[in-house]
Amino acid sequence: MKDGATRDGYGAALVELGHSDANVVVLDSGVSDSTRTKKFGQEFPERFFNMGISEADMMCTAAGLARTGKVAFATSFACFLLGRTMDQILVSIAYSNSNVKIAGTHSGLAVGEDGPSAQMIVDLAYTRAMPNMTVIQPADWEEAVQATKALVKHAGPAYLRLGRPKLKGLYDSSYEFEIGKANVIRKGSDLVVFATGGLVQESLQAAESLQSESISVTVVNVSTIKPLDQVLILEETRKHGAVVTAEDHNIIGGLGDAVRHTLTDHQIAVPIQSVAVKDHFAETGSGAQLYEKYGLSANHVARNIKEVLAKKKP
Amino acid sequence: MEGTQLAEPEISKLEQTAKELRRKILNLIFQAGSGHPGGSLSATDILTALYFGGILQYDSKNPSDPKRDRFILSKGHASALMYCVLAGAGYFPDEKLKDYRKIGSELFLSGHPHPKTPGVEIASGSLGQGLSVGHGMALAARVDNLDYNVYVVLGDGEIQEGQIWEAAMSAVKFNSNNLIAILDNNKVAQDNITEDLKDLEPLEEKWSAFGWDTHRIDGHNMKEVMDILRLPLHATKPRMIIADTIKGKGVSFMEGQTAWHGVAPGEEDLQKALKELE
Repeated sequence: MKDGATRDGYGAALVELGHSDANVVVLDSGVSDSTRTKKFGQEFPERFFNMGISEADMMCTAAGLARTGKVAFATSFACFLLGRTMDQILVSIAYSNSNVKIAGTHSGLAVGEDGPSAQMIVDLAYTRAMPNMTVIQPADWEEAVQATKALVKHAGPAYLRLGRPKLKGLYDSSYEFEIGKANVIRKGSDLVVFATGGLVQESLQAAESLQSESISVTVVNVSTIKPLDQVLILEETRKHGAVVTAEDHNIIGGLGDAVRHTLTDHQIAVPIQSVAVKDHFAETGSGAQLYEKYGLSANHVARNIKEVLAKKKP
Repeated sequence: MEGTQLAEPEISKLEQTAKELRRKILNLIFQAGSGHPGGSLSATDILTALYFGGILQYDSKNPSDPKRDRFILSKGHASALMYCVLAGAGYFPDEKLKDYRKIGSELFLSGHPHPKTPGVEIASGSLGQGLSVGHGMALAARVDNLDYNVYVVLGDGEIQEGQIWEAAMSAVKFNSNNLIAILDNNKVAQDNITEDLKDLEPLEEKWSAFGWDTHRIDGHNMKEVMDILRLPLHATKPRMIIADTIKGKGVSFMEGQTAWHGVAPGEEDLQKALKELE
């Protein structure tokens, strides 16, 4: 199992794809060093387009490339990539059903010291709300590699949410990522945590720490946020009767909302709480400090688990 | 100007085609009860030259031919013009036009174009996106080692959008000489004349300064339109053709009027207009 940032997995997969698929093209908007597209650009300069600091132009250029049969990866920091280009994504990509893969790195509070203007916490809400859009957030390096490759085989628009910090390796190469499938990564019996991205490792850590208190927690990695793996979510919820959701995103519009919607649609009422940014902007500080202060760390996941269990009917 | 000159009969035939298209456009907007006549009539001569003057290389029976030239109507509100041209070019029969702006339209003849309609490359309707999209297609030609051209028709109000100028810089950076933009400079936007809304001049100086091979023509003089579209590509620069046009061209009471930007003619106005276009 390889430790590493999901952006690193993305960059590594792009280079592999460059060799195996002549249809793959990559665009960046002037931050290719940080987004890890640079290596693809060095190896395949004729299929790499650094558009400069103009995300809107990049997004539509990617759409134009896609409409000629290319698989176009449009890349930047999540904060600039999405906020600035909602109209371009909506019309030229989602509505036109163009085969563009939007890859946003440096998502969430995890980005740290650059502050709230760089901490993208509303991108899942943006992208989930768009028809035709698939939304994926890998939880480690290996899953990022596999998700990037899977997106080439998947026709249609997608958002790949990536992060800056190094994450602990959760999967080895025997893992088989599939778009639309969530993955039980730890089996317990008292409560299920549906987590995504970097919050998967926080949740696993919380589950470990609760073992000494005889609390047994299941952790599910929900790497495809749209379409949601409703079958598995309903099954695990019914099995445990208590739910925590966990994500580095605002509490509005992300995984928590998606899970609640699914449960409500199926008339399932169980105690549930969400670990997420509580509808405010954060501040500067390291990712770890922000996770602690703004309620996203393993400690907070553990606290939420206990609070939910206290409400669970015996 | 290089290239063989077109004979006079060919020019007058294209002028006749443009006139018929204008009649068709007005009828279409009338029967739909809504639409954008002004900006459709201003760009009619340009699209006539592109589609019926032998400029655009396309096969309407094989709309997905990878070698085809690409056309993008970035000012998507001129959809009545687009659909009349596509029907005329054989992408679908004329009788399908009756679905224009109607619910359940089989060919998705929406108020603004969408690629579900044969011959449409990308959705438009939000101004400012088409030049970037066209540039993406122009770049793809290079990746695929194909020699097709990409033509993008822009509105003058549209180039107030900042993204246009991002795309202007990008196309020069990549030496995309197979990208040809045509500015339908009809000088009137929805709210106001463009000059008062936000002045765009000096247009030639701006596009030249951005590095484009810039030309300016009378967008209603078919000979000028054809001559410029037949000019061989520049060796490295993308091309901007500033076509000075008149909003509502061909119908005296619509010409230059903001009021006819997005309003369908009534029965009486339609008849008056059609009479002028006989």
